[in-house]
Amino acid sequence: MNKVLKLFTRDSVTLPVVAIILGLVLGALVMMIGGYNPIDAYGALIERVYGNTYDFGEAIREMTPLIMTGLAFAFAARTGLFNIGGEGQYLIGMTAASIVGIHLHGLPAFIHAPLAIIAGAVFGGLWAALAGFLKATRGVNEVISCIMLNWIGLYLSNLIINTFALQAGDTRSVDIQPSASIAISWLSEMMGNARVHWGTLIALIAAVFFYIFMWKTKQGFELRSVGFNQDASKYAGMNVNRNIVKAMFISGAFAGLGGAFTVLGVFGYQSVMASSPGTGFDGIAVALIGMNNPFGVVLGAILFGTLTYGSAGMSFSADVPPEIVRIVIGAIIFFIAAQGIVRWLLKPFYAKRKKEKVS
Amino acid sequence: MDVLTIIGQLLNTTLVFATALIFTSLGGIFSEKSGVTNLGLEGLMVFGAFAAGVFGHYAQAAGLDGFAAASIGLCAAVVLGIIVSLIHAVASITFKADQVISGIVINFLAAGSTLYMVKLLFDGAGETELISGYSRMPIPGLSQIPLLGDALFNAYPTTYLAIILVFVSYFVLYKTPFGLRLRSVGEHPSAADTVGIKVNRMRYVGVMISGALAAVGGATITLTTTGTFAHNTISGQGYIAIAAMIFGKWNPIGAFGAAVFFGLAQAVRNYVQLFAWTQSIPPEIIYMLPYLLTIIVLVAAVGRSSAPSALGQPYDPSKR
Repeated sequence: MNKVLKLFTRDSVTLPVVAIILGLVLGALVMMIGGYNPIDAYGALIERVYGNTYDFGEAIREMTPLIMTGLAFAFAARTGLFNIGGEGQYLIGMTAASIVGIHLHGLPAFIHAPLAIIAGAVFGGLWAALAGFLKATRGVNEVISCIMLNWIGLYLSNLIINTFALQAGDTRSVDIQPSASIAISWLSEMMGNARVHWGTLIALIAAVFFYIFMWKTKQGFELRSVGFNQDASKYAGMNVNRNIVKAMFISGAFAGLGGAFTVLGVFGYQSVMASSPGTGFDGIAVALIGMNNPFGVVLGAILFGTLTYGSAGMSFSADVPPEIVRIVIGAIIFFIAAQGIVRWLLKPFYAKRKKEKVS
Repeated sequence: MDVLTIIGQLLNTTLVFATALIFTSLGGIFSEKSGVTNLGLEGLMVFGAFAAGVFGHYAQAAGLDGFAAASIGLCAAVVLGIIVSLIHAVASITFKADQVISGIVINFLAAGSTLYMVKLLFDGAGETELISGYSRMPIPGLSQIPLLGDALFNAYPTTYLAIILVFVSYFVLYKTPFGLRLRSVGEHPSAADTVGIKVNRMRYVGVMISGALAAVGGATITLTTTGTFAHNTISGQGYIAIAAMIFGKWNPIGAFGAAVFFGLAQAVRNYVQLFAWTQSIPPEIIYMLPYLLTIIVLVAAVGRSSAPSALGQPYDPSKR
């Protein structure tokens, strides 16, 4: 019993929980200032997401790529790298999956679909590895190179779709081959045609893989070690540069998978985009809410997906502008980032607990 | 159109696009020179563009003419920019939060809260009402020079202000005691502390200046280009400004050059279709160009990093 209690009072659990509560309260305050009823609004939000099977399925669709981009940021963060290039890696993953899904013909589904997924992972990974390579060999800060690679990735994706796969007279690619689809049609039918797909399952497996790889293998130990202290790792005989590139590759592969799922499972084609979809950036928030822990990321994606998908219902039935959830999310990551503020707010409680221990 | 007119117009458009980047990258320099990374420039620009749109609208509705209303919008942007930048400052300086994350927080908050307020103020509309904003201000005499006059001396007042500020910033940073102190807390905070400079106070000032300048940068887009504020008024200019700052090696004059270059890259898009030989280049290649060049410059500048050495590290006097 005590162990369970300890688990829930650990900093890694209390901090995000308090931050989420503070964020929701702040959102409620902003709604009250705007003249809305926050209880109605949050009620409508929950009702929208969990009220019927179609919306529930669609909410899961919303959460799945967020798990992947969240894992991407968290994985790099655990190795001391700031991968804010999830956006570009997601797009490159999308594009690779589209091209494989469109241009390979005559393959059976059990080969074609996995191949398209792997293509997304590999190219997303390579896109991130590029930033890792520039950091390892030329000392280029990965934050800056990732910002640039996000934009280059956006335009490169558009260029590739425009050149090699454009649907005539439209601003999107032609449809992928049915054999590359990862949609679960029988479940879709059961859930009122919600676009559910196998990617969600793979995302959950990816979170488990993240945990095992990072904490139970020698390679994961090396990656974390390099993240903590490059000099000590080098002294211990680890190849620091190779580890940086490897960490970025795996991180980017997660984001690339997310992009592949979106093409292969949800749309079945890729649009030519005027601006980035933002899934990679949202993944940063998801990872921060999840404290860069793979299972935390899954929970963070559930929260983030619930808020963003539910916000449509909120504006529909309670007339609250859906942008309010961006304020809530911004506030949550603010309180998580500035942990000092939460600790400072919690100080009275901590002091009390210590006193009880003494007596 | 003859080639000279096209070049003149191209340069003119370049300056329009470059203006916002100049302001914002100057802002970035002030923050980063004091040792605080500011990835929130994008969000600060959004807040600035928002303030300009809203206050410009109310000032115009109150009967002020275009110039006066736009100037009120600009001032409102400065105030809002400073207030919002304090969120970044409190989190990253006082509470020692990670500076990159706290900058990203600003971007998240900006996207949500500005549109939320626009919807509240304008009855659920997605953008502010159109205002006339600044109009072009030809400089008497100089604007009559062929080619150059049209290119350089027939600009918006904000463009002139931006160019003046480039030199003011350079002077403040490198020729005044204040600038020396600001740079010293970004290079070696503990040494600065030893000689009696209040490290965190200087950093607050640096971040607040960056908030004001970035917000002005965003405001210029509302006041000269779009006339309204909507969700896509600012789309990535803040990140380009960061690139311009790095490209210009954290030096106001360098950042100015980089901002003009990026402005040119944006302006060129509109002119690419005019010539037969350029039509075969896919537009995406031209869109990509500024970012590719930034990476190339970063790669080439290996070992000669000009970033402030204490950039990104919260100052903790108990650590030496």
